[in-house]
Amino acid sequence: MIFSFDLLINAVVSGILIGGFYAAVTSGVSLSFGILDIVNIAHPAFIILGSYVAYAANSSLGLDPILTAIVMMPAFYLLGAGIYQVYYTSFEKRGQESLRGLAFFFGLLFITEVSLVLYFGVDYRYVDARYIGPSWHFGMLDIPLRILVPCLASLLLMAALQIFLTRTFVGRAIMAVAQDQLALRLMAVDPIRIKRIAFGVSIATASLAGAFLIIIQPVEPSVGREYIGRVFAICVLGGMGSLPGTVVAAMLLGVVESLTSTFYGPSWAPAVSFGFLLLTLAVRPAGLLGR
Amino acid sequence: MRTPTFLLICLAVSAAVFAISVALGNDYIFFAGYVVMQYVVLSTAWNILGGYCGYVNFGSAAFFALGAYSTVAIYKLITENDFYRMPMPVLMLIGGVVSGVVGLGMGYLTLRLRGAFFAIATLALAVVLQTLIVNWDYVGGSRGAYIIRPEQIEPIGSYIRYLFLIMMLLAVAAVTIARLIEHSRLGYGFATIRDDELAAEASGVPTLRLKLIATTISGALMGMAGAPFPYYIGYLQPASTFGLDYAVNSIAMPLIGGTTSWVGPLMGALLLGSLQQIATVTISSAVNLLIVGCLLVVFVVIAPNGIVGLFHTYLQRKPEDFVGRRPVDADASEKVP
Amino acid sequence: MNAAAATAAAHGLLRVNNLGKRFGGFVALENVSLSVAAGERLGLIGPNGSGKSTLVNCICGTLRNEFGSVHFGAQKLDGLDAHERTHLGLARSFQLPRPFVSLSLADNIRIPLLYTVAMRRGHHHASREVEERCVELLCEVGLGDKARRLPRELTQVEMRKLELARAMASEPKLLIADEAMAGLTHSEIEDILALLVRLNEQGVTIILIEHIMSAVMSFSRRLVVLVSGRKIADGAPGDVMRDPEVERAYLGQ
Repeated sequence: MIFSFDLLINAVVSGILIGGFYAAVTSGVSLSFGILDIVNIAHPAFIILGSYVAYAANSSLGLDPILTAIVMMPAFYLLGAGIYQVYYTSFEKRGQESLRGLAFFFGLLFITEVSLVLYFGVDYRYVDARYIGPSWHFGMLDIPLRILVPCLASLLLMAALQIFLTRTFVGRAIMAVAQDQLALRLMAVDPIRIKRIAFGVSIATASLAGAFLIIIQPVEPSVGREYIGRVFAICVLGGMGSLPGTVVAAMLLGVVESLTSTFYGPSWAPAVSFGFLLLTLAVRPAGLLGR
Repeated sequence: MRTPTFLLICLAVSAAVFAISVALGNDYIFFAGYVVMQYVVLSTAWNILGGYCGYVNFGSAAFFALGAYSTVAIYKLITENDFYRMPMPVLMLIGGVVSGVVGLGMGYLTLRLRGAFFAIATLALAVVLQTLIVNWDYVGGSRGAYIIRPEQIEPIGSYIRYLFLIMMLLAVAAVTIARLIEHSRLGYGFATIRDDELAAEASGVPTLRLKLIATTISGALMGMAGAPFPYYIGYLQPASTFGLDYAVNSIAMPLIGGTTSWVGPLMGALLLGSLQQIATVTISSAVNLLIVGCLLVVFVVIAPNGIVGLFHTYLQRKPEDFVGRRPVDADASEKVP
Repeated sequence: MNAAAATAAAHGLLRVNNLGKRFGGFVALENVSLSVAAGERLGLIGPNGSGKSTLVNCICGTLRNEFGSVHFGAQKLDGLDAHERTHLGLARSFQLPRPFVSLSLADNIRIPLLYTVAMRRGHHHASREVEERCVELLCEVGLGDKARRLPRELTQVEMRKLELARAMASEPKLLIADEAMAGLTHSEIEDILALLVRLNEQGVTIILIEHIMSAVMSFSRRLVVLVSGRKIADGAPGDVMRDPEVERAYLGQ
């Protein structure tokens, strides 16, 4: 292990920046799992889908990935709403969420990933944009723009989501639906509709997160699997649905991963996030009624 | 039907299957049959924790791979030190013990968690184990490991026939164990854990202990299924051995077949496994997985009780008949703790 | 505190001392002390949300109390899992019935027999014996003819009876019946009360949690009132009901 302050500072900074991006990736799960209690483990697959959409637009039309993602958000929203409708009708209504709901999303994960393999192949894909390539230098610090831009955009996304959840009627209804569906009904608001909107928004964030991902690194279909552990670790550590908590937890994970990768080698990196996850799960209040 | 009778019938069927396969003359049948039998074991094992207890394990691949890698470690030990070569059944037992112990440990760490968190934790554990193996150079790390398979083994003939026979016997054992559990006090206990853990505890069911038993048995069986794998495949690599393909299959097969009894995973594995073998040869292995994923989603949405459930609905059985658990045999009460 | 309460405090089968339970910032139970003597018939009343079920959950181990302790006979219960407490002789029915939905009614009853009674006696029963006992218990609550049915085919009232039968099946020393009579007709209430009295005469200590005042008053030899997580009265039913604080806090609502 070669220790130098230079390496350390850069590892920490890049960890924080990646962490910002992780927060955006997790935001969808904070909505679906943290607030709605739906274990959508297929979320990373939708993010990869977003990456490929950005790639397709970029390679054939030369469009900026983030712009593509924003344009595609309504489509992703509709996809999310549709999936929730199936999930609700098949599982939530019948009270069979746990086993079958999990299997459902697991199946979706697979279908999405394999479809991408069949359509795009297993080669790594990447995008071209003006901010991919150059880096900013501040003394010891080396900040690649391809990480900085997604990080800043992610933080914007988180801020927008937070405003949505706390200042708009629909957003507050979403926060409420997790706690008291009956009260919502009494206010003549259909909880099912609210949950559908929330899930739709959750998948819509995947569109953006996917664009961020492919800016930061080349993507191939199975990359999503690494993120399953990360997003749930961050979601749980961040307090299950608290967006500010998600940002903090994400940056913490980013820094730990970055330090491990720099000083111990990248082959240990997957264990970090998943080990983190196990740790946070172990430390949670135990017990059958624990939540 | 009492267990010894059931066991005899299974063994008779297996003998018949083996004899027919030999008579057909094409060794490919054994290669394909091995995989199908392997999945019978994996899905039956998964179902003990997933279907009976209601705890979804996404990390089946890890237990399978641990069995495979313990074989690799022993193989290296033997070839480097010129030890006596161990017969396959012994290797399987060792694989089973390793995975069983890990299952126990994993259970102890994670079984206090609510269902969904448990599932995610199993996934996390699988990745952690994979990372450990990838970084363990003794078994080849990410470069992989080569196992040289013997050509023949008397009196059965080619080695692959031997592997197929062993795996089929393991499948018989797995199904018999599952059935035994179902008809014992343990089976009732598992069902209460699935239905309502709080009420189970209040009724005196030691839920944690039972869950640990389930995880250990499930893990051990998966490890035993993995132990012969290096000899089957010749070249073992962490990426594919720990692949999510094993996870999705061991979940899809019981869910498609039906999770409430031993029949479901068996049927699911036989059907889906055979289908996949045909698809891999005729189309491609990627399409193969796509089919599995689609079938899983379709069945889970439309036929939650799997093929077994459809069967019962078709026959228009009354709920009492369907649910009536056959009581434990009057005199020889199968004492399972 | 009257003489009965004082005796219980000294020799009680169940002794709850300064029990406290919080959920985040919300104080569900505060400084609750309670003693139940062996063979007693205790009534526990209080407005909705006063913490009765939380108290039961803490006693039975479904929830962990942060403060105070619970003793059952000579045994300190703190730290024991719920199933261990059931093995010691504590049983409860759930306020909202929690049947095992994939098992028949007979099998629902079989569970405590297999896992509590058998474990206590240290050997397994012949299945015929177990089967007979299941049906016997179901008959005692009037569900004998539905032994092979599934819980989802039952009415709410029948599910409450199943809850009670399942609690009885574990052959408890102390049975806590949590609102077992909600929704029952007058004659059904009489039946359940008679059943509980019979159990009591066989030596089972009973804590009855109810809103149906006539039932509570006729059954209980001692009454405890819980309001907003605190015990505000403990004594003979007549005295308690005349207590001005009880009137104000509970009956006045």
